[in-house]
Amino acid sequence: MIRIDNVSKAFGGLQAVRGVSFEVAQGSITGLIGPNGAGKSSLFNIVAGLFPPSSGRVLLDGHDITGLPPHKLFHRGLVRTFQIPHEFSRMTVRENLMVVPPGQSGENLFKTWLRWDKVKQQDSEVLDRVDDVLKFLEITHVADELAGNLSGGQKKLLDLGRTMMTDAKMVLLDEPGAGVNRTLLGKIREAILRLNRERGYTFCVIEHDMDLISALCEPVHVMADGELIASGSMEALRQNEEVREAYLGGGASGRMGETARQPSTDEGEPS
Amino acid sequence: MTDILQLLIYGLVLGSVLTMGAIGVSMIFGILRFAHFAHGDFMTLGAYLGLSFISAFGLSSWWALPAAMVGMAVIAVFIDQVLYRRIRRTQPVILLIASFGMALILRSLVQLIWGSDNQTYASGIQFPWQLDWLGGMRLKPDHLWIMLISLGLVAGVHLFLTRTRLGKAMRAMSDNMDLALVSGIPAERVIMVTWVIGGALAGAAGVFLGIDTRLHPVMGWTTLLPVFAAAILGGIGRPYGAIAGGMIIGVSMEMSTLLIPAAYKPAVAFAIMVGMLILRPQGIFKGTV
Amino acid sequence: MELSGIASYLISFLTFAGVYAVLALGLNMQWGFTGQFNIGIAGFFAVGAYTSAILTTPSSPAYLGGFGMPFLVGLAGAVIASTLLGVIVGLITARLRTDYLAIASIGIAEMVRLFVKNEDWLTNGVRGIAGIERPFADTLLDSPLTYLVIVALFVAGVYFLVERAYASPWGRVLRAIRENEPATAAAGKSIAGFRLQAFVLGSAIMGLGGGLYAHFFGFLSPEAFMPLYGTFLVWVMLIAGGSGNNRGAILGAVLVWGVWSGTELLTGMLPSEHATQGAALRVLLIGVLLQVILVTRPEGVLPEKPPRLIARKR
Repeated sequence: MIRIDNVSKAFGGLQAVRGVSFEVAQGSITGLIGPNGAGKSSLFNIVAGLFPPSSGRVLLDGHDITGLPPHKLFHRGLVRTFQIPHEFSRMTVRENLMVVPPGQSGENLFKTWLRWDKVKQQDSEVLDRVDDVLKFLEITHVADELAGNLSGGQKKLLDLGRTMMTDAKMVLLDEPGAGVNRTLLGKIREAILRLNRERGYTFCVIEHDMDLISALCEPVHVMADGELIASGSMEALRQNEEVREAYLGGGASGRMGETARQPSTDEGEPS
Repeated sequence: MTDILQLLIYGLVLGSVLTMGAIGVSMIFGILRFAHFAHGDFMTLGAYLGLSFISAFGLSSWWALPAAMVGMAVIAVFIDQVLYRRIRRTQPVILLIASFGMALILRSLVQLIWGSDNQTYASGIQFPWQLDWLGGMRLKPDHLWIMLISLGLVAGVHLFLTRTRLGKAMRAMSDNMDLALVSGIPAERVIMVTWVIGGALAGAAGVFLGIDTRLHPVMGWTTLLPVFAAAILGGIGRPYGAIAGGMIIGVSMEMSTLLIPAAYKPAVAFAIMVGMLILRPQGIFKGTV
Repeated sequence: MELSGIASYLISFLTFAGVYAVLALGLNMQWGFTGQFNIGIAGFFAVGAYTSAILTTPSSPAYLGGFGMPFLVGLAGAVIASTLLGVIVGLITARLRTDYLAIASIGIAEMVRLFVKNEDWLTNGVRGIAGIERPFADTLLDSPLTYLVIVALFVAGVYFLVERAYASPWGRVLRAIRENEPATAAAGKSIAGFRLQAFVLGSAIMGLGGGLYAHFFGFLSPEAFMPLYGTFLVWVMLIAGGSGNNRGAILGAVLVWGVWSGTELLTGMLPSEHATQGAALRVLLIGVLLQVILVTRPEGVLPEKPPRLIARKR
């Protein structure tokens, strides 16, 4: 579904990603792990169109999407969540979801003035979909709350919810489990699995929580120091010397399996 | 040819004034992440403080400079502590609104205290030197002093930024705020020093402007646009870029009088700025976009 | 003051407040909805006012035109001219962070003022344009009260349009952009496109305000478009009333115009030799008022609240 083809990225003198290639197969939940500073977020942001790679290509269903901006990628069925939840704080949870669906005629200013009935009718269809998503994620009780007032875990769910408001083919999840408590973590895991099974979403997940990765992902790719060092199932990787070395030797996030919180600088935006 | 050389001198003098202002704007943007719209009126207030100082003690014009610099350093820190600090935690853009309001407050204070008429530091006309070896070009001693003192102040800022701990901390904060804060830089002190330097240089710019022309309550506000243009041209958040930006804008504004009416001098600064925003918004030297 | 005096003062007061309400609604579109920082309001205001004046005044040798067109044509011209200016500024700045827009917009206002002041052939320069008539001039309907009603109708019309835009999916995207750009882009919306639309619509509304002002005041000169009157008061109005809230914008216009006029009555009691000081004192007071609001109640009198859902819940 997505093919990452020999992608490299340098920020100034820093080589963040070095010639990484792998594929995310249709219908899979593919994991991407590695110690802090391994270049996962940079790679993610390249795929998501935040910035172009220094070299290499990204293909979606065989089409070259390298360097396309995020809003264009969205319309090709590629959506993402963020490591730090990006909610619209001063909008209600319901509104947060209503923003997403593409092709709303009410997004045309003149139609809001001249075709109000049609806009209203379409908005009620959007609302139906919102209700489904709220129910699916079990956050109906906070529907009219301002998103800024939600807990960190609820914001993560909302981020995930936004990806469900369109007919996405490919969803990039940037640390869906970071800063989420046990109960909500289970809920998020269930939601991802159900979306994968019932709606056929393909996922690519960056995550530090190895339990979550084990429960969800097959295959898993490991990055260290900008390079792809291993791929395979989680069990196989646990035995892999090079992978252990990367986690222990790099020392950045300690022992493998630890739920580490990355500092926000790893978001990977060039200054 | 002499005309062009003469305009070049005027341009460098104006450029010195703009540089003094633009370094401050650039530093404040680097540290606090907002465009300080009261900077022009900092210049005005500095110029008038200098005027009061020399007339109170019966001193010659140039004594206005230290008075303005010290006075504006203190006032800048005071304004930051009383107003800006209280709203710093909200979005930087709220600071922008506050500074815009502060600009009008300062200007009306100047009008209230010193009145709205033109004033000068010293009456009488200064006789320029005639430089025969430069085709009879004329150079006023004051203009030479403005350029030399600016050079000295720029050198001083450079030494501060490169040689002192606080200066290095300031550069680190400007480059990467998150990283700097994590590594234990004393943010409040850096911010205070930013205002000291920004305020003092604005005071100097005001005195230069007053010596070059005359004092008027809107003298700083009308200079604000070229100052911003200089800061953007140099890459906003980059104090060294501000020097190049100031000189380019200053010289272009003066040279433009060969071709278009002098009233449109600010338009030249504006046009360069817009061109820059379209072609290379990060400035000549990469700034913080 | 006798009763008719009070009445005519009140009419004039409300008309001015109405003109400012239009400007504040325009600014709310840019700042309140979208988070775009325009401090060149005076420029759009001036372009609107001069366009309408040139279109509607009788032919004059001193400046371009006038073309003697009807009031509504003048207003339409005002809107079109400020729309064009908005497109130009918007295209340049839509991709840049908001500080650059702020700086660029103040430059635009300054350029407009320089142009108006120096291009005598177009605007009659510092001598200004006089004799701009109110609609229904020389008919029975010609009175300040009629004009107040017309201004009120325009305020209501603009309010209706922006309020609907605010509640619509379009407004929802603008607010999303204001709250979080990366997430809005990830939701498939073109940030630059929506921003440009909001900026241009706001500019058009400001131009309309300029036109309304011209026909009320009857005389235009560059002095009327100093940043103080054109820009600063409008900002204080929006912040005081509640940015992001259209009703707040209108309320703020009335309140702040009340404060501003009130201080004029006070400083009017000063002896005439202190007249300039009086003016400065008024500005000082408004400036301090703004700072007090920013520190103590930055959300304004009527804080923004999410609009009611436009579709019926089932």
